Amino acid sequence: MADLTLIEAINLALASEMRRDPSMVVLGEDIGRNGGVFRATLGLLDEFGADRVIDTPLAETLVAAMAIGLSTQGIRAVAEIQFSGFMYPCVDQVVNHATRYRNRTRGRLSCPMVIRAPNGGGIHAPEHHSESLETTFAHMPGLRVVAPSSPARAYGLLLAAIRDPDPVIFLEPTRLYRLFKQPVDDSGEALPLDTCFIDRTGSDITLVSWGAMMHDTRIAADKLADEGISTEIIDVATIKPLDLDTILESVAKTGRCVIISESARAGGWASEIAAGLAEHGLLSLFAPVMRVAGYDTPMPLAKQERVYIPDVRRILHEVRKVFELAPK
Amino acid sequence: MHDPSAATTKVASFDVFLTRYLNPDGSLSADPPAFAKDREQARAMYERMLRTRLFDKKAVALQRTGQLGTYAAVLGQEAIGVAIGHALAANDIFIPAYREYAAQFARGVPMQAILQYWGGDERGMAYPEGTPSHHDFPLSVPIATHVPHAIGVAYAIKLKQERRVVLASCGDGATSKGDWYEAISSARVWNLPIVFLVSNNGWAISMPSHRQTGAGTFAQKGLAGGLHSEQVDGNDVIATRAVLEAAIDRARNGEGPSLIEALTYRLHDHTTADDARRYRPEAEVAAAWERCPVKRYKAYLEAARFWSADDEAALIADGTAAAEAAAQAFVATEPQAPDAIFDHLYATLPKSMEWQREEVRNRGPISGGH
Repeated sequence: MADLTLIEAINLALASEMRRDPSMVVLGEDIGRNGGVFRATLGLLDEFGADRVIDTPLAETLVAAMAIGLSTQGIRAVAEIQFSGFMYPCVDQVVNHATRYRNRTRGRLSCPMVIRAPNGGGIHAPEHHSESLETTFAHMPGLRVVAPSSPARAYGLLLAAIRDPDPVIFLEPTRLYRLFKQPVDDSGEALPLDTCFIDRTGSDITLVSWGAMMHDTRIAADKLADEGISTEIIDVATIKPLDLDTILESVAKTGRCVIISESARAGGWASEIAAGLAEHGLLSLFAPVMRVAGYDTPMPLAKQERVYIPDVRRILHEVRKVFELAPK
Repeated sequence: MHDPSAATTKVASFDVFLTRYLNPDGSLSADPPAFAKDREQARAMYERMLRTRLFDKKAVALQRTGQLGTYAAVLGQEAIGVAIGHALAANDIFIPAYREYAAQFARGVPMQAILQYWGGDERGMAYPEGTPSHHDFPLSVPIATHVPHAIGVAYAIKLKQERRVVLASCGDGATSKGDWYEAISSARVWNLPIVFLVSNNGWAISMPSHRQTGAGTFAQKGLAGGLHSEQVDGNDVIATRAVLEAAIDRARNGEGPSLIEALTYRLHDHTTADDARRYRPEAEVAAAWERCPVKRYKAYLEAARFWSADDEAALIADGTAAAEAAAQAFVATEPQAPDAIFDHLYATLPKSMEWQREEVRNRGPISGGH
């Protein structure tokens, strides 16, 4: 078992699955000789050849459409978009075709495909390179949206996404790509989709997050522990379809909940979770559910990105509000 | 101003070839290919064309009497679908737009299925097992977005080392869209076995072809992508079949993708929800009737003594009855169960959505808001 960064775990999962499944291909811009702009596909060209490691023209609509065409023919297509902000040209293809071929043809055609992209900010990238798109895609029926928060989960969830019989948007936490290492076993075993992970058990408050914000959420929980507050952390992992049951069970135990999301607040996935708690968990709540989220502005350019991205202090601020309203 | 000292590189010069065998009056303008001289093959093409026109007439009548939703008629463009249907091999893959019913019928789509689709029933895209249509794509209403799927499908064919060809069709308006250009621009990169077919019917709803582009032809858009590109008289079923067969042969033999612009004319409104009189001169439509593909081909068959008045009467009777039978089967189709909206959303409905299906199952008759 090797200690790997998150990007190395992605690379390992891709290579591992390409060895296991000869029908799998990867495609995208600069993914061959260059190994991808973040090196997620490093070494794949040499091992699997240019037929299966497809450098595409610079055309994101084409990348999505090509993955659709490939996947309808029984080829497991794993597409890379270089940054999630470049995924907007894929949206039409995903919402009008990838998510619908199975439904429209009553099961005759289907699209077992993955579109991977780094998601979110925090690496001082240029404009349009730091967007958070999970809510955009989560609103589309027929889609799975997955956001790993650690190297081990990135490995296991990516294997699951590739093996899933339906289209998956796989949003990788850009600023966690090389932030820390973790032992990752190349077992070839997938983690389950459609289920939240209880990242840490606790009894006083539930913090719900996913992707890169899980890192700040874990630090916030450490600080709360120093103050004697026991925090349960839920890593949503599969954004859509949402496993609300696990969140409800946790909130039934803690009675307090703060949801942390990097994407814009209004109509965001934190709001969807909060609505689910209001509908099904209100009577177990001691205090209102609070959201910590990106502001309703575009992702600012690099110098202001830390203004936008929720940080540990903002998380703790909302947690303190909850405990003011409902003391321990 | 060009710098007079700058060097000039001549990168392209081109002619756009237009193929036609039949003049508008049905007389021959060139010696036709063998299939057009074979009595049975020649008759089969006509039968498909007229049956499609009779179906089309029935579908419009159903819409006009409130028994069908909005329908996109194929009137005037039937020859293109017939040519596709005859040119493709059974295991080739067809990615249609939405006016190529004749090709879909040839590949096994029942007339009833087309009515079901426009009648608002997804089962109209299920296409029967055991027919070529079963591995074809369903008709596609969003403009041009289905065309780049051909790149992935054809790449899969190459990867599997199969000798199959993909034919993706669209209209002239679709060539204005980026999705279309991304497909055209990339197909030659991998020398993919694709035939892109553009049915230029003169109008994208209310906008005439010359308002779509400054290019002199739609065919020439393919030249920049390195595609074999040419025009064909799309109201001449012989020429359209011949040009498509040649393009399909090239694709199958590893000679790469083609773009075929078929010149035709939409004699009907864009759909039954459209009124073309708002934007299109009646005289233009009247003139286009003189180029009608059915009339033209019938004149050829009669001159070749392949077709008689008795044949015509028998086919009209049989084709009308077939369209009527399809209409009756469509009208009599049991509706899908309300919870069928969940049946094929995912391979397996996610656990978190099961309650939605249960709610639909338990909510009783669907009243439509009352």
